[in-house]
Amino acid sequence: MTGVRVTGVRVQGSARWGYYVTGTALAILFLFPLVWSAFASVRTDTGFGLENYDRLFSSANGIELRHVLNSVVVSALTVGGTLFIATLGGYAFGRFRFPGRDVLFLLTLAILMVPYATILIALYVLLGWLGLEDSLIGLSLVLITFQLPFSVFMMRNSFEAVPVELEESARVDGCTSVGTLVRIMLPAVRPGLVTVGLFAFLTSWSEFFAPLILLNSTDKFTTTLAVVNMRTASHGSIDYAALEAGVVFMAVPCLLLFAAMQRSYVRGFTSGAVKG
Amino acid sequence: MSTTTTSPPSARTGPPRRETAPPPARNGRRLRRLRALVGAAYAAPTAVMVALFFLVPLGLVVWMSFNRWPLLGKPSFNAPANYSGIAEDELLRSAAWFTVKYTVIITVLLFVVAFGLALLVQHRRPGVGFFRTAFFLPMAVGFASASLLFLGLLSDEIGPVTDLLAKIGLVDGYVSWTSGSPDSALASAVLLVLWRFAGFTMLILLTGLHAIPPDVYEAARVDGANRWQTFHRITLPLMRPTIALVLTLMTTGSLLAFDQFWILTRGGPDNSTTSLVMVIYREAFIRLDLGSAAGISVVLLAVLVVFNAIQFRVLRRRSS
Repeated sequence: MTGVRVTGVRVQGSARWGYYVTGTALAILFLFPLVWSAFASVRTDTGFGLENYDRLFSSANGIELRHVLNSVVVSALTVGGTLFIATLGGYAFGRFRFPGRDVLFLLTLAILMVPYATILIALYVLLGWLGLEDSLIGLSLVLITFQLPFSVFMMRNSFEAVPVELEESARVDGCTSVGTLVRIMLPAVRPGLVTVGLFAFLTSWSEFFAPLILLNSTDKFTTTLAVVNMRTASHGSIDYAALEAGVVFMAVPCLLLFAAMQRSYVRGFTSGAVKG
Repeated sequence: MSTTTTSPPSARTGPPRRETAPPPARNGRRLRRLRALVGAAYAAPTAVMVALFFLVPLGLVVWMSFNRWPLLGKPSFNAPANYSGIAEDELLRSAAWFTVKYTVIITVLLFVVAFGLALLVQHRRPGVGFFRTAFFLPMAVGFASASLLFLGLLSDEIGPVTDLLAKIGLVDGYVSWTSGSPDSALASAVLLVLWRFAGFTMLILLTGLHAIPPDVYEAARVDGANRWQTFHRITLPLMRPTIALVLTLMTTGSLLAFDQFWILTRGGPDNSTTSLVMVIYREAFIRLDLGSAAGISVVLLAVLVVFNAIQFRVLRRRSS
């Protein structure tokens, strides 16, 4: 009996060391590229400085202020639109019965099964018909659509998890349906909203393929398109250091947001994924 | 007793009905119909978006594939020319083969790596939060940015990889990882995708691992099952739905690979890393033939839908 326990402790001890060594080694491997890109973006021929960032923003086919503004506009429209539509949709699917509910929900999830790379050619033509060719609004509408399966699913689960009594007591107190949603339900589903919003931002801020197809003029380019353009438009030598500066510039807002909201993001993610 | 029991907030204990209210049965039905209307109104924006930006383009891409559809100019019906052209396209055939090969490699490697990470950080112990964050952090970098990051990382000019390997003595002189040979270009892209997506896949697998009730493991331990038996007989079978989800996400994502090859390898050397979606892009915006691009899209779409449907059926049968 004691012998078993002793070996058990010893195995546990060596397993714990194995865990720390493996975990630390892997963590270094995963963090290394991030640290290196930050390092490479400030390293210059003579030492360290911001020259690479200077070239990123001033060279002929570098980033311009309007590219950054375009990215901000697209991200704001996508996050706002996704939150609005997914909140209403999630509330409807989670709390109401109406004809066509299940079909619509399945169709929304089916967007996941039909990845947009395959229908982007048609979306390009369709947006042209709607007068939204080469437009940030058109791009945002497409990005919102492809956020919907995850977002609506997430918000439905969040609304379903809110106790029915909470809503009923609000209604007895004379709240209108919209009033109940805004004052009672929204605070209760905050983790879900944060997750959906954060996901929408991360996707729209760094999306590459959809803007590449839907935006034609360099005036309308998002930052990602502009930075990638520095690589693909150069036929001769590539300015790697300026590219890494671009990578850092693109990544910093995401990393900051991520750090600020990581807790609720992961919690919302797990609660949404386990349920349903 | 000083403690007062609060009455449960249910409809029965609510205020008495006003006398002007209609009889309960009719009132209930009308309320229900009103509620259905309100629900439908809330769902309306979702319905509009799904119809306009999902169902219509879905139909349109099929219709486009039956037409000669130049980027500029009027389309004209030409079925099935866009489809018969597919079989003759040499680049398309090599791209399809390459994409399948890439998908198999990524699916296997990413799954093994992510599952390993998930098992490593599944229990609460010191440092686990840091490890999870470290593995997941690459997800905060956009995929296109990550591709540019690796372009620099693996480059001769500023990247440390070649220098490091040279110091160990594994390589000598210059190695052009991303464009030197088809194999090293593919390996570069695989490395990039593993780095970027392992943590994300790990997180999904973790949710599956945590959904297994602890008493199942307890029972297995009491029965004297060793670690491998526990993993093989309990963890894997109970993880099936999550594993199916992860496999679907990975295969779909890999079959539609674009960013990593467009940015990192430019499809080279000699088109050896040109993926299917890159061919679609080339048809549409370089050869200006939207009809042909739509034809390839429809075929790819059909393959994906069939593939996902099979996976969903397998998932459902096994989990029920």
